[in-house]
Amino acid sequence: MAFTPKIEALICTYCTYTAADMAGAARMQYPATVRIVKYLCTGRIDILHILKAFEAGADAVMVSGCEVGDCHFLEGNLRAQERVEYTKHLLDEIGIGGERLEMFHIGASDAPQWAEAVRQMTERVQALGPNPLTVKRRSEVQVEEKS
Amino acid sequence: MIIAERKPFDEIKQMIKDYPKVLIVGCGTCVAVCLAGGEKEVGILAAELRMALELEGKKIEIGETTVERQCDREFLEAIASQVEQYDAVISMACGVGVQFLAEMYPEKPVFPAVNTTFLGANEDIGFYTERCSACSTCYLALTGGICPVTMCSKGLLNGPCGGPVNGMCEVDRTRPCAWCQIYERLKQQGRLDLLKGVVPAREFKTKPAQFIHPAYKKKFERPQ
Ligand code: SF4
Ligand code: SF4
Repeated sequence: MAFTPKIEALICTYCTYTAADMAGAARMQYPATVRIVKYLCTGRIDILHILKAFEAGADAVMVSGCEVGDCHFLEGNLRAQERVEYTKHLLDEIGIGGERLEMFHIGASDAPQWAEAVRQMTERVQALGPNPLTVKRRSEVQVEEKS
Repeated sequence: MIIAERKPFDEIKQMIKDYPKVLIVGCGTCVAVCLAGGEKEVGILAAELRMALELEGKKIEIGETTVERQCDREFLEAIASQVEQYDAVISMACGVGVQFLAEMYPEKPVFPAVNTTFLGANEDIGFYTERCSACSTCYLALTGGICPVTMCSKGLLNGPCGGPVNGMCEVDRTRPCAWCQIYERLKQQGRLDLLKGVVPAREFKTKPAQFIHPAYKKKFERPQ
């Protein structure tokens, strides 16, 4: 059976959060796999916030801001995009895997796109399996229990 | 300020592989501005190391702390009780900070996490350019505020060489010739006569420099 991933979504209040809110109000169905953290702008999202999420056991992190050219603060989403790309590289080096992190651009009125992004990310993580740290931690607990 | 770059992750991981308890010490001044070794970068490196080593099945405890400046004893003294609890220390400061930390705690292995790169300007967040080589004989008064030692590929004091083409350097054709820029700047200011003089060869350092402020001579000057 496919596991239910835990995905942390770091999203901006002006665009993607509004879309997510609208998806909820319109009762659009999508997997209950995301935990949302609302930012004023994706430009505030730091590499460290993403790494901490994985360290705490998130199976994936999605960052989502306004569409390119639409950022409320002009270029916060572009800054986030670059930071996400760099953090993917860090995740590869660590051994977690950069493909567990993705950036999306979802405008305030694009509720269906939000639902679709969550579906996509959920499927991707289901194919990848749980965060390797979680796997490691579980196997250690099992070893301790046996001994 | 001093510009540094974070070392590759694998290099850092390799340095500390034999130590179960490692303290990462950041520096809150130059290297924090250039995003190489401030409090945030300490957090990033610590998270990277914790996760990577946990995946490799290694037990490691990583401490994090950041001082205002690692090139100042009073700030390094303040972390003595923390350093004591760890087997090794990673310094994220420039080479000065790393050496000062290592000197202060000689019983602990101290490892550098950044490559100290140059003295430069903060052009924008994430973008820094070199400006000075700390040559100890500043020539900027003669050169219209453009450093010949640093900005000229050959460090010529009496340039240009025979190589510039259309104002570009012969060593790297994509870069402007510093001496052409010096000429243009002095021309703009009506000070081209400065170029008629010959600047004598500068003294090259053969030992590490030290400097005592004139108001502190009695305190620090020891008979050699
Ligand atoms: S001449 Fe250049 S290298 Fe020497 S002190 Fe002046 S700016 Fe620095
Ligand atoms: S071309 Fe200009 S900058 Fe390049 S080496 Fe010659 S004098 Fe220096």
